[in-house]
Amino acid sequence: MTAAGSNGAIEEEIPLLTRKDFVSDQEVRWCPGCGDYSILAQMQKTLPGLRIPRENIVFVSGIGCSSRFPYYVNTYGFHTIHGRAPAIATGLKTARPELTVFVVTGDGDGLSIGGNHLMHLLRRNVDVTVVLFNNRIYGLTKGQYSPTSPIGKVTKSAPLGTTEVPIDPIKLALASGATFVARSVDRDTRHLEETLGLAAQHRGAAFVEVFQNCNIYNDGAFASFADKDVRQDRMVYLENGKPLRFGKHLEHGVRLNGFQPEVVENPLSDDDLLVHDTGRTDIALPMILSGMDYPEFPVPLGIFRQVERETYDGLVAEQVEVAKDRAEPDLEALIAGPETWSVL
Amino acid sequence: MTTEIESPLSEAVTTRDRVTIRFAGDSGDGMQLTGTQFTRTTAVYGNDLATLPDYPAEIRAPTGSLPGVSGFQLSFSSNDIHTPGDNPDALVAMNPAALKTNLGDLVPGGLLIVDEGEFNPNNLRKAGYESNPLEDGSLSPYRLLRIDITKHNAAALDSLELGAKERFRSRNFYALGLVLWLFSRPMDTVERWASDKFQRNPVVLEANLRALRAGNAFGETSELVHERYEVPPADVAPGIYRHISGNEATALGFVTASHLAGLPLFYASYPITPASDVLHELASYKRFGVKTMQAEDEISAVCAAIGASYAGQMALTGTSGPGLALKSEGLNLAVMAELPLVILDVQRAGPSTGMPTKTEQADLLQAMYGRNGDSPVVLIAPSTPGDCFWMAIEAFRIALKYMVPVIMLSDGYLANGSQPWPIPRLEEIEPITYRYADPARVSHAYERDPETLARAWAVPGQAGFEHRVGGLEKSYETGDINYEPGNHHQMTLTRAERVARVVDEVPDLEVTGPQEGDLLLLGWGGTYGAITSAGERARSEGKSVASAHLRHLNPFPANLGEVLSRYDRVLVPELNNGQLSVLVRSQYLVDAIPFNKIAGQPFKITEICGKIDEVLGVSGPFEFEF
Repeated sequence: MTAAGSNGAIEEEIPLLTRKDFVSDQEVRWCPGCGDYSILAQMQKTLPGLRIPRENIVFVSGIGCSSRFPYYVNTYGFHTIHGRAPAIATGLKTARPELTVFVVTGDGDGLSIGGNHLMHLLRRNVDVTVVLFNNRIYGLTKGQYSPTSPIGKVTKSAPLGTTEVPIDPIKLALASGATFVARSVDRDTRHLEETLGLAAQHRGAAFVEVFQNCNIYNDGAFASFADKDVRQDRMVYLENGKPLRFGKHLEHGVRLNGFQPEVVENPLSDDDLLVHDTGRTDIALPMILSGMDYPEFPVPLGIFRQVERETYDGLVAEQVEVAKDRAEPDLEALIAGPETWSVL
Repeated sequence: MTTEIESPLSEAVTTRDRVTIRFAGDSGDGMQLTGTQFTRTTAVYGNDLATLPDYPAEIRAPTGSLPGVSGFQLSFSSNDIHTPGDNPDALVAMNPAALKTNLGDLVPGGLLIVDEGEFNPNNLRKAGYESNPLEDGSLSPYRLLRIDITKHNAAALDSLELGAKERFRSRNFYALGLVLWLFSRPMDTVERWASDKFQRNPVVLEANLRALRAGNAFGETSELVHERYEVPPADVAPGIYRHISGNEATALGFVTASHLAGLPLFYASYPITPASDVLHELASYKRFGVKTMQAEDEISAVCAAIGASYAGQMALTGTSGPGLALKSEGLNLAVMAELPLVILDVQRAGPSTGMPTKTEQADLLQAMYGRNGDSPVVLIAPSTPGDCFWMAIEAFRIALKYMVPVIMLSDGYLANGSQPWPIPRLEEIEPITYRYADPARVSHAYERDPETLARAWAVPGQAGFEHRVGGLEKSYETGDINYEPGNHHQMTLTRAERVARVVDEVPDLEVTGPQEGDLLLLGWGGTYGAITSAGERARSEGKSVASAHLRHLNPFPANLGEVLSRYDRVLVPELNNGQLSVLVRSQYLVDAIPFNKIAGQPFKITEICGKIDEVLGVSGPFEFEF
């Protein structure tokens, strides 16, 4: 086995890998035109930059279209069972903290059947990167509504429209205590590649929601604000320490009125505008930002929150080391217990 | 510490070779602690013993009520014994409710000690007594010893700065002190334990020690107590012994397995009665490199363990029946991905939530068959509390060698029951071998060992073995996803054959008693003691009855069919509605007779003897008396 540093990076002999090194020999079997292709391509571009040997990287997934992902990445991969990838990844990372672990999931896998596990992975701050492909539909089972489908959405399982209010993945992640929360979109490849890279480098539970188009069962779910020709006017790129500005020439802005965000058209200066701060320990600001939705607001993309906190896997490993230092591990004494007697 | 056994026989005492005693009181009265401390003393004293704690599921049922009664039974002997005894010879009842729920089990003429201070109108009403049994003559069949323990104890603690509640709470130590005197046991084991346990609370320590000594002194000085008993130490095999419960032995077995393999142990579990103590124990073994995770649910626990197995470590999850149901999907992933995994199921009475604190053996068929698809796993079951240690090691030995999930079926009776246990020497236990994928032998992660059919354990960090596994069917040749009809057929047979080959690890079934004859008692798991004792008793009465106990349930020992064929009849006593009998009948076409008790309680020896007599035609149909 290769010796690895604490964050999975090899200190000596840093391998120079390229995107091709992360392409597996398996034929990719998503529908032509699926947003998943873009996410796979950006991930494969991102991975060489991490300077981590392939054998120290593991992709864990659940069930659904997105969860086919590990087959196509030439690292270790585990295509597990529906919704359980966060639990499996938690065990994997806790057992072997030196590995770099990704969870690939979808809106059904991660928020419906596996919502509990996702919440607990984020709460524990396991040092794992979770990428949630949100297409707001069940694709693999052929078109039922998902927990992120908007209310009223007409699907095969809701012919008169859904009667359920959707869950917001960003809000769930923030409320669960995720230390890195971000959003990107399949069609903005540069932003996606950069966001995945930052998430992977974050130490702790990193959560990335990717708006992903399902061109078969929910085509155009994000088109009204994420298409290339309207994106700059209808989405806002969050940048730490910078005022929220959007528009083709960044001519518009967002300000806060109490707890209420407001769009300001053509502000004269940045003075009134909301300045993004990813490092706050409370989640009030990112929660407010996560509530911004088209058409009332530009939809935020980028990092909502990025803070440092001790990781679960790190703390567990530390307890083992402390316990070893504190008392000599004497198994024979343990087996003998506190009280023995001899029969002659 | 190690104590040499002496024999402090006194002339004033009656010597008995076996005594069964039960402590019963309100669940807040500390009866489990009293029983445990008496057991420790008795173990150190050198008797063979077996215990049966019996406590309510409610942590604190209403005080003085019938559902709130907690009991602890212990049988100790100068001879080798296998069970905690059918009926107690002595009963300590700390309140009317405890008397009412336990009196029926006391043998006629048995010794009955009651705290008469608790027999007030209020408590009598709560227990449903219309008249005071201490006064109405209904206890005349017993040797009644009525002592106002509450009052005497309060007086002994008079000068201490303690509230009335704390004073009341230590009366179990008073009772313990009295009973230690009655059975001629020293107090030093309890005193040492208390001094350690309460070292940070000197007032409570002093209260408990005073209560203990006051109870002891009462026995010695009061003219009320006329009798005293002695049960001399048992003539057991030489060696160093300790007292151990099944759950303790299980946890020790797993950490020992980790040591034997030289691989870290990862235990993920969700709290569930009666398995939680294994989590508590293992969580305190961190210095041995053990990592424990209290998962968010049963599903997460099995999945986290699978993650650790994929990572190349010794993966373990523990639960009870309802949790095993939740783990079945995860377990199936381990079957499909061919990963080594051990699942501990400490069985309890079901179905559903059932009776969480009561024992049962009713998960056998769930463990055997309760998964989608054809999904064989290895099943093993310890037979005594101490055997849990050995079967925990066995579980990992098989899992790692065959790359297969192994379910270990313990039960509430084994988990909480205890016995004196000869301490094994580590260097005498065979090491456990495991093998990560070896580039010199295999080229990919799905290449199989021709002997065991185990696939290569390629773990992250091994360059050149990067691969993808999952719950989808895989090609027999490459491990890639494969839906071809012939391949699925072949893979299903391969998974079954790999489990079948585990038979090479299974020792032949040994029979106690005649090697052929009229009747074979066939059991598994925690019923070992009762079945073995019943067989011994039947033989002592001249009957041709043998007994055999299965510790491996899938696959069965290779000689099982041949053993079954040597007896005219096969009787299968089980604490379920017929599960091993189903497996034996289906696999061997033997007309095995099921004998089923589903009461949340272990078998009494007399019950099995009654059924033996029925089957042999010595007596009429046997019926349980619950």
